[in-house]
Amino acid sequence: MLVSIKWLKEYVNTQELDPAELGEKITRSGIEVDAVIDRSHGMTNVVVGYVESCEKHPEADKLSICQVNVGEDGIQQIICGAPNIAAGQKVIVARPGAKLPGGIKIKKAKLRGEVSNGMICSLQELGIEGKLVPKAYAEGIYVLPENAEIGSDVVTNFDLDDTVLELGLTPNRADAMSMLGVAYEVGAILSEEVKLPEATYTEAAETAESMLTLNIDAPEANPLYVAKVIRNIEVKESPMWLQQRLMAAGVRPHNNVVDVTNFVLMEYGQPLHAFDYDSLKTGNITVRHAKQDEMITTLDDAERKLSPHHLVITNGKEPVALAGVMGGANSEVSDSTTTIVIESAYFASGSIRQTSKDHGLRSDASSRYEKGVDPNRVIPAAERAASLIAELAGGEVLAGSVIFDELEREEKIVKVRPDFINTRLGMKIPFEDMLEILERLKFKTEAANNQLIISVPTRRQDIQIEEDVVEEIARLYGYDEIPATLPETEARPGGLTPYQAKRRIVRHFLEGAGLLQATTYSLTSEKSAKQFALTETDTTRLLMPMSEERSILRQSLLPHLLDSVTYNTARRIDSVALYETGAVFLKTDEELSNEEEHLAIAMTGLWLDNSWQGEKKPVDFFVLKGIVEGLAEKLGVELTFERGQMDDLHPGRTAFIILDGQRIGVIGQLHPTEQKERDLKTTVVLELNLAALLELAADPLLYTPVSRYPSITRDIALVLSKIVEAGTIEKVIRTAGGKLLKDVRVFDLYEGDKMEAGKKSVAFTLTYFDPEKTLTDEEVVAVHDKVLKALTEVGAELRS
Amino acid sequence: MEAQLQALKTEALEKIAAAANVKELNDVRVAYLGKKGPITDLLKSMGKLPAEERPKMGALVNVVREEVTTTLEERMVILEEEAINIKLQSETIDITLPGRPVRTGNPHPLTRVIEEIEDLFISMGYEIAEGPEVEKDYYNFEALNLPKGHPARDMQDSFYITEDILLRTHTSPVQARTMEAKGGEPIKIICPGKVYRRDNDDATHSHQFTQIEGLVIGEDIRMSDLKGTLSVFAKKMFGNDREIRLRPSFFPFTEPSVEMDISCFKCGGTGCNVCKKTGWIEILGAGMVHPNVLEMAGYDSKRLTGFAFGMGPERIAMLKYGVEDIRHFYTNDVRFLSQFQRTEV
Ligand SMILES: [Zn+2]
Repeated sequence: MLVSIKWLKEYVNTQELDPAELGEKITRSGIEVDAVIDRSHGMTNVVVGYVESCEKHPEADKLSICQVNVGEDGIQQIICGAPNIAAGQKVIVARPGAKLPGGIKIKKAKLRGEVSNGMICSLQELGIEGKLVPKAYAEGIYVLPENAEIGSDVVTNFDLDDTVLELGLTPNRADAMSMLGVAYEVGAILSEEVKLPEATYTEAAETAESMLTLNIDAPEANPLYVAKVIRNIEVKESPMWLQQRLMAAGVRPHNNVVDVTNFVLMEYGQPLHAFDYDSLKTGNITVRHAKQDEMITTLDDAERKLSPHHLVITNGKEPVALAGVMGGANSEVSDSTTTIVIESAYFASGSIRQTSKDHGLRSDASSRYEKGVDPNRVIPAAERAASLIAELAGGEVLAGSVIFDELEREEKIVKVRPDFINTRLGMKIPFEDMLEILERLKFKTEAANNQLIISVPTRRQDIQIEEDVVEEIARLYGYDEIPATLPETEARPGGLTPYQAKRRIVRHFLEGAGLLQATTYSLTSEKSAKQFALTETDTTRLLMPMSEERSILRQSLLPHLLDSVTYNTARRIDSVALYETGAVFLKTDEELSNEEEHLAIAMTGLWLDNSWQGEKKPVDFFVLKGIVEGLAEKLGVELTFERGQMDDLHPGRTAFIILDGQRIGVIGQLHPTEQKERDLKTTVVLELNLAALLELAADPLLYTPVSRYPSITRDIALVLSKIVEAGTIEKVIRTAGGKLLKDVRVFDLYEGDKMEAGKKSVAFTLTYFDPEKTLTDEEVVAVHDKVLKALTEVGAELRS
Repeated sequence: MEAQLQALKTEALEKIAAAANVKELNDVRVAYLGKKGPITDLLKSMGKLPAEERPKMGALVNVVREEVTTTLEERMVILEEEAINIKLQSETIDITLPGRPVRTGNPHPLTRVIEEIEDLFISMGYEIAEGPEVEKDYYNFEALNLPKGHPARDMQDSFYITEDILLRTHTSPVQARTMEAKGGEPIKIICPGKVYRRDNDDATHSHQFTQIEGLVIGEDIRMSDLKGTLSVFAKKMFGNDREIRLRPSFFPFTEPSVEMDISCFKCGGTGCNVCKKTGWIEILGAGMVHPNVLEMAGYDSKRLTGFAFGMGPERIAMLKYGVEDIRHFYTNDVRFLSQFQRTEV
């Protein structure tokens, strides 16, 4: 809502407050002022000129040489490029030395050899948005009315010495979608009275009813309809004041009739529509629901197909307007119109919202109906419009109105106790101060039995319950007056749940391991929704996605995380190590998806880069596996790794992660084809059901006494077939080693030339230990021999 | 013989002085003081002297031997020190070369902001509540006093999955779920999480972003309690000398509703580009829980009241760290992410 302060002052005294100050007061007490716009833009030296003569420039087709009377300085030559310039016009002249919006300074100039003492201006050059400039002047200069005084200042004479407050209205404050509503708000803030507009005109002897009949076939959607008939009007350009009011309010002027309906719409917040009476043809208005597939061409020249939940105004036969949203082209007021019907009606918000939504049409009218107009302004607005049209278009208003009225418009009664207000606020506002605030709001209030009985004016439909009154009192009393206290609640320790606490431990561990935390989008494409998914389920698709790329809920984190890796490598950051935790969405038979918290890791490039000391280690499967193992240790869970395969992962370098027999994750190197597709070098990845890990309760931590007895180690090197995995051999060793074997570790792997084809050498360190005593040589030899024997039995050959 | 002794001594002392290193000095020691050295020889040859001269001569030889030994030891100390110095010098390294890097990662800036807020409220007795991102229309809207067809639903164009299921547009459904679950008991929670709205991604809009909300319900919770709580938050997050102000606003789930501004942390209130010359920065929305919301969740709104507040970690991170484009939070440029490493305290 754009509020011209000059216009506002017609209804309420703004106490000569500076616009910024007024804006601040409005913001602090309830309605946010988003911007304070100076309509003059600091313009100077812009005056009314009279074009005495106008000739084509001999050197330039598109330029005219004009002799312009600018008042005191007499006739000045000005070169003008506008196509609509002509002798006999009153025009806007920026004199040499003038400052125009956008920092433009006008200087005396020569254009193709001809002197130009200034510039003849369009409205755009005065800082008015092109879409607000009347169509007739949109492509050229603006022509002022004939009575404009030559040499007079344009800024002050045409209301450009004005400031506009741009209000950011919340949906509850529909009352402020009108100048009067804003006037009431300002009146309440400044303790000023509101002056209502006047509607006075002389009625014709003949009645409106004699020319127009009215049928309302949908009273629930249209409980009040008022029509005024005005004849013998002259449709023409509106006077400057009206055009300026509308442009200040962000409305484009058209002609006096349409401009008046828009003016009253802005003034009262009550949408109005004017029909060309003769185009109606039938002398009848019937409001009904549209028939299935009925058609209408609206004022914007769009053909629209209707259905029964759209409300239409008809002439008894065919639609002439989409009720409350937009008029029809077939009944539009034109220059030749002589008789009009002014419609002022109350349409139920639901019906308008539906129509507006179905047709993607939102107008100044529909946006007000959607939020609910004041039922008590429907009739006054019709009268106000009739009066203005009679004044500006010279018409004759027929007596009375054609009216259908079944609308309830009682004031809502809200009862509230003063101590309720103070308890809610934590304040002690005196009773008299409350009464005074309600008086400023123009809420009729009775005080009885320590209770305020408030009649809420119908313009304030947002006030329904006690709490609404609490807010009204508090905002006008001032939120700065509220003290700062803390809740007096039962003292309970706050904290994280074990799950949340462990999530943080995971984060700290991974960051300690050198990974950066990433965040990616949950919405993805059909193509990547299931890539690297751990569970097979259907995908979840949005009803109306904004794009295919963001149409499906992801089932794994890796695809987007890998996109982020590529984003970085494409910018020559070769080593990237990212992790992300977040929900994936698995479709179930339930209403809601199963949201599973996952952890994903993606790493590429160098893991260790200390090149000047000759240490350089690229990431590989085992770097990532080590991180996962470390994490498991930190969380006190036992994970095992099982060779596996998954699409887009290297078939020989992939493992599933198993927890208690359940597959909870996958770790692997990207398949070379996938790497190429993603423009990546060797990249290792992890996708893990983190929730499965975090939901497990960890065992209590108990200390084991550090033994006084030494352990004894034995190294063995084994020649194995290449296909035998170290893990298998380790199991054999552990089984044979029994209780005394404390630890087994691989310390060397050799697969080089010195080995027989198809063979490899793996070396293990075995640690023997007895917590009770020092092991003797004989004891160690005995168990070690058992191990060696078991190894020989599985075909492992002891390497000398 | 005495003269011979003196000559020997002079010669030994000269050799000691001339020894350039420990090894040469050791050679001198062996040459003059060793078992086959001339001094030992002299002692051996004393047998040839008359008996009365022997004690005198013996004493003389001992004196010379003492003197040579002492001088040699002194010289040895010096030479050893020199030797160490030479070794140390040869071991000197270029300490300006870089250290062996310790890899460190760090949290995402939004996590950093969210955890900071969580920790502050945990210290005031709050718990952290979480809920699903795919939500029922009921919890996202209806239970929050936003029935179907409510004009305020326009404020948040949503991603629907079915007519009744959508991606949550705020974290408030977690509040609704918690209230329902607590069955009329007092509540003190913070709800962080991802939310989604139909917005085209640009420098200030993102179809996915995060929110963090708070809810307190108890007997006689007052608006002054909200103001006090927010004031503590503002000081903790943005500095001890921050002031707050409340401005009336509108949210369907609170009444009264307010927006909170803090005094600008950059200029202190005199006006700058961060606060758009106003001296104030809008930080969050809040209000007293609407009685309809309480009643819907089974609370007696006459007995229990509450307040709620909500804010955007993106906005806070953008203000705090001067991030100019919201998309940076979702692009994961390493050069961006790795800047949120160091501590600020
Ligand atoms: Zn500032």
